[in-house]
Amino acid sequence: MPGTEGEPTTVTADSHALATAEHTPIAGLAHDRRGISNPILGMILFITSEVMFFAGLFAAYFSTRAANRPWPPEEFADVLNPFSVILVATAILIVSSFTCQLAIRAIRREDRRGFIRNIAVTFVLGIVFLLLQAYDYSILFEEGMTMGSGPFGTTYFTLTAFHGAHVFGGVIMLGVILYRGMAGQFSARHHDAVEATSLYWHFVDVVWILLFSILYFL
Amino acid sequence: MATHALAPAPATASRGWLYEWLTTTDHKKIGIMYVINSFIFFLIGGVLALVVRAELARPGLQFLTDERVYNQMFTMHATLMIFLFVIPMLAGLGNYAVPLMIGAPDMAFPRINALSFWILPLGGILMISSFFTGGAAAAGWTSYPPLSAEGPLNSPGAGQDLWIVSLILIGTSSILGAINFLVTIFKMRAPGMTLFRMPIMVWTILVTSVLVLMATPVITSALVMLFIDRNYGGTFFDPSGGGSAILYQNIFWFYSHPAVYVMILPAMGVISEILPVFSRKPLFGYKAFVFATAAIGALGFSVWAHHMFTTGSVFLPFFSLLTFMIAVPTGVKMFNWVFTLFRGQLTFSTPLIFAIGFLTMFLIGGINGAFSASVPVDFALHDTYWIVAHIHYVLFGGSVFGIFAGLYYWFPKMTGRMLDEGLGKIQFVLMFVGFNLTFFPMHMLGIQGMPRRIADYAAEAGWNDWNMAATIGGFVIAASILPFIWNVFVSLRGGKVAGDDPWEANTLEWATSSPPPPYNFDQLPEIRSERPLFDARHGRAGH
Repeated sequence: MPGTEGEPTTVTADSHALATAEHTPIAGLAHDRRGISNPILGMILFITSEVMFFAGLFAAYFSTRAANRPWPPEEFADVLNPFSVILVATAILIVSSFTCQLAIRAIRREDRRGFIRNIAVTFVLGIVFLLLQAYDYSILFEEGMTMGSGPFGTTYFTLTAFHGAHVFGGVIMLGVILYRGMAGQFSARHHDAVEATSLYWHFVDVVWILLFSILYFL
Repeated sequence: MATHALAPAPATASRGWLYEWLTTTDHKKIGIMYVINSFIFFLIGGVLALVVRAELARPGLQFLTDERVYNQMFTMHATLMIFLFVIPMLAGLGNYAVPLMIGAPDMAFPRINALSFWILPLGGILMISSFFTGGAAAAGWTSYPPLSAEGPLNSPGAGQDLWIVSLILIGTSSILGAINFLVTIFKMRAPGMTLFRMPIMVWTILVTSVLVLMATPVITSALVMLFIDRNYGGTFFDPSGGGSAILYQNIFWFYSHPAVYVMILPAMGVISEILPVFSRKPLFGYKAFVFATAAIGALGFSVWAHHMFTTGSVFLPFFSLLTFMIAVPTGVKMFNWVFTLFRGQLTFSTPLIFAIGFLTMFLIGGINGAFSASVPVDFALHDTYWIVAHIHYVLFGGSVFGIFAGLYYWFPKMTGRMLDEGLGKIQFVLMFVGFNLTFFPMHMLGIQGMPRRIADYAAEAGWNDWNMAATIGGFVIAASILPFIWNVFVSLRGGKVAGDDPWEANTLEWATSSPPPPYNFDQLPEIRSERPLFDARHGRAGH
């Protein structure tokens, strides 16, 4: 996982996950070095569990929606307008996935400066998304829509707030990656933490595209 | 490859053993801490069960003046036993055994492994602390809303909230552990250890980890929504506000039914290691066992609503049929085990005796469960003591006997000392008799209509004798734990020295010293089958 890859001077890229254990593996007893690396497999499994978490929330959303007609209720009929600040936020998150991927391509080519620049842009875009979401919340609050205003408010704020919390987590991970990148800890051979973080960031992006489509258009 | 020295750095040793244990990332030490932590919660949960049984011994309220306190007792009993004893105890045995069994030096993510462990005592302390904040959770371990909702007649106070937060923490620990197990099993196997040469214990941990990975986040979502309903004015599960109480049950059981397999599959793995060793035969039908385990895992995701037959909102034939189908792979395993014993050269050591306890008691738990898979029968038995009997035959008769089998089996590896056989057999007899005395009468109580989760019952209901029998049995079970604790203490101080391989076992953990060095193996035998040590002892003659 990100953060376990210290000591790049003594360890090759594909054995780092073990070498930071308090004891070192014996030659020949190490893990299978073919195929996917341990941190990336770990991240994919973690994302699988996150998918199931959001599946639970989405199931609650659709079940609640099916039981409440009309949806949205009369009082909030025009509150959720997709062509507003939320569209800008959506565009920003999608762009940030691309800049994240540009960072990956850069570090694979050993282009450390390009890598740091693109990670920094991704990091800033993530923060901007969160600020825009907070601004959007403030508009909704002014319209009188809160967590407590019936099933519509409860599901909307739960889903988007949990997504926002995941963006926040992703921003922290990007911050760590940026810091470590500036410290020169990543190279073309040694950047599993970057790959794992980008997977998580894309996942957060995909969840938002689903949320945006379902909450605002469906 | 890395160029570090083979031995662990001596720097940590100078800080003292306590520092070493508190900061360790060694899967063996973490596994042992899992076991000890889980055992402590087993004792606490057991005391709560004794309070419940003492109250139910006779009609009327004798010990608890307030039924709400009784509700806290059975709620916390079940919660502690499920989430802080059985699940983490089996995860702890897996933590200890899996890297050794596949010839790995440690888990894939040793520091995350330590994190998964240390979340558990934290979650446990939060859970227990709710007793001192105006009362623990009292809505049953299932915590259905509206019973668990906020409100003066529902679940007021912080107890229910602490319960939710604590379970989210424990669930996070499980998920991190599952990711760790899966990466370890997929990526860290020794050369020659193909998937179909892995010990059955490793297979069961693999399937269990998939279940945890896919199911535990779903209950986290249910708990989060319950927390929002209670504290932030949400209406997910509040029908008066447009929500649905049944929705909670669906999401809850989508996790909690697979959780039953999380609690039984690793125990099946334990006895599948023990039966071949003590009958001097390979496991009968290795591949059938693996596929049956996978089938149970897959079917486990499609039977959750059999807990909800009486809600009137589930499609009964579908869930009934799939529930019956689970009996098929389970039956396959029964044949695997029985034919492993058949014509074997049996040595009745304590691990084998507990494994046979598992076999017989789990068989009863499977049969009485199949009764309630049948919809008309379930309508009569729902929420009666029959259900209490069923879950205890599965989770105590199955999982707990399996856990003790595993503890007796691996104690020599963990400590280098043998547990005393005599005390072990005394424990088994007391536990076996006490268990059946407690839980078999609950079948009769259930058929006679005694509902679960009641503190009192009418003296003329005809339930007095069976309840008294169950209470006596409960205290016999409690007594059976004492020889075990005594056994651990005397054996640690003066038990027979175990040596590397006291049982003449089959799997790799016995190919290293007892206890193993921090890096596990100096060298590994050649791995040509699922029994590399048997091959090493007997060469080609064994084939």
